Amino acid sequence: MSAASRRSRCYGLMAEFASAGEILAAVRASRGAGYERVEAYTPYPVDGLAEALGLRKSPIPLLTLIGGLLGAATGWFLQWYSAVLDYPLNAGGRPLYSWPAFIPSTIELGILGACLCAFGGMLWFAGLPRLRHPAFDTPDFRRVSRDRFFLCIRSEDPMFHIERTHAWLMALSPLRVANTPMNPEEPA
Amino acid sequence: MSSEAAQVLDEYGRPGAAPEIQGRHTYGTITDKIAGLVLERRCGPGFWITLGVTSALAVIFAVSLIYLLVAGTGIWGLNNTEDWGFMIASYVWWIAIGNSGTFISAFLVLLRQRWRTSINRFAEAMTIFAVAMAGLMPIMHLGRPWFFYWLAPYPDKMSLWPQWRSPLEWDFFANTTYLILSILFWYLGLLPDLATMRDQAHKRWQQLAYGLLALGWRGDARHWHHYESAYRLLAGLGAPLVISVHSVVAIDFAFADLPGWHSTILPPYFIGGALYSGIALALTITISLRALFGLQDFITPRHLANLAKLMLACSFVLTYTYAAEIFTAFYSADHFEIYTAIDRLGGRYAFTYWIAIFCNVVVPQSIWFRRVRASPLALLVVTVIINVGMWDERFMIIVTSLHRTFLPSSWHTFVPTFWDWSTLVGSLGTFVLLFLLFARCFPVISMAELRRLNARVTGVDR
Repeated sequence: MSAASRRSRCYGLMAEFASAGEILAAVRASRGAGYERVEAYTPYPVDGLAEALGLRKSPIPLLTLIGGLLGAATGWFLQWYSAVLDYPLNAGGRPLYSWPAFIPSTIELGILGACLCAFGGMLWFAGLPRLRHPAFDTPDFRRVSRDRFFLCIRSEDPMFHIERTHAWLMALSPLRVANTPMNPEEPA
Repeated sequence: MSSEAAQVLDEYGRPGAAPEIQGRHTYGTITDKIAGLVLERRCGPGFWITLGVTSALAVIFAVSLIYLLVAGTGIWGLNNTEDWGFMIASYVWWIAIGNSGTFISAFLVLLRQRWRTSINRFAEAMTIFAVAMAGLMPIMHLGRPWFFYWLAPYPDKMSLWPQWRSPLEWDFFANTTYLILSILFWYLGLLPDLATMRDQAHKRWQQLAYGLLALGWRGDARHWHHYESAYRLLAGLGAPLVISVHSVVAIDFAFADLPGWHSTILPPYFIGGALYSGIALALTITISLRALFGLQDFITPRHLANLAKLMLACSFVLTYTYAAEIFTAFYSADHFEIYTAIDRLGGRYAFTYWIAIFCNVVVPQSIWFRRVRASPLALLVVTVIINVGMWDERFMIIVTSLHRTFLPSSWHTFVPTFWDWSTLVGSLGTFVLLFLLFARCFPVISMAELRRLNARVTGVDR
């Protein structure tokens, strides 16, 4: 595909709203009308929006649990290996495998593993860092981090039709509807 | 306060309590106010004077540390008997300040306390800078600070491993984890606001700098979905972490066989004191920022009163442990324990004990009065007194247990030198300098959370 034809491709149609209540209603209406590839951009986490969009439960809690267990297991193994096998040190005849003394470092390393997984998982599942994204080319999109709410129906949606979808979004009485182009460098 | 604002009910439906947000605000005005503090506001002479003074103190701090590296720990008032001095007292004090910042941001979010929204950002910043100061203290106290990395377990050429059974080793893991978690928690909460700064900035270099830090955040509902999950998890991890961090600090003392230290009450004693002094410093910072930046709409009398009440509650935990300490000493019927208790009350360093009692037990009782809770100036004075008292308490615990040891032949005294004082004052100045730079470069209140809070409190959705 040539660069020119890529540039003409459409990422989706963006409708701009002024309030959280309006975007929530618009997302519910669009999903109810059969649109599947719906995205929403908001200046703060709006209650109920994830459910309205049909987002699946975040996998981050499970990932965090795994990270915590791995961190703790690594910590325990490290202490056991170094204190019992690699560097046995007889201090006053106390047992080499003095497990109660291993607990604090194990807890700390468990928390470290969990917190790295929670943070890394958030970035991974949100697809960040990604400095360039088609949504940024939407007119007025700078205000999404201030006071505006955007609803996007993606061009990949099976029901997407440039005129009919435009008319549908206009019927939701937004401030405006814009055609957001695909990045020229976006892979086809 | 307008009559309309007074009508707003608190979360239990009671009228009268000041709301979390005052005035008529929209998503836009909140953003303009907080982002404008960084992007639009010009620095007045007060800023430059403070910057100059704190930078000078930071230089003094650097000189003190460099001289320490050259000359060794003999520059302090330490001796073979008094081998812990100002540095360890400062270490406990700084890490305690940090703990309380996490308490405010992590515990209060788990307890769904909405009023934390306006104060958690700078409480977290306070944590990071305080933990950075705290981390330097024991490292510099090592004697040969350049070998501090021996605390880390790694397969070295001497085939040595750290001593896993030592609380000092636990300290290494606790503090490292704590610093990493604090930075990640703070940065995660900052991400949406960095995107706001990127979008609000007019200068190219600001757009670039904030844009890079924001990692391309675009407020996608998917972002928020994972963000909220990760944020609550980090808060949930931070809560037990602060308890463990300060328990380990207390166990550094309790593992020693010294009278006055060797006690199981020390971890709760230290944690109570940590929350106490940290909330006091958070309140000092809250009152200062509120006045300097004109944040009265977002930091209302309710925030000040709630923090003051928390502080009063902590002062009772501390009062109880002070009493329990003396009681246990006599109840133990142990000669040395009783001697240390009497020495604390009337010995050479008795003035430190009575300063602690005055600052930490007597002065906070003024918070019972509504007029004190409602007056920022009175609260400012009380919080500063409490923090002086809390530093003094840590010094008292260290110096009184050490200077009269089991053998009278080794009794000695600790007299701080110029370098003890310069390190302490220098670290305070460096902390304020870091905080000043933070307040100059980053939004001091979470704008994303304020937007949500405003919609919830006032019902204004625009």
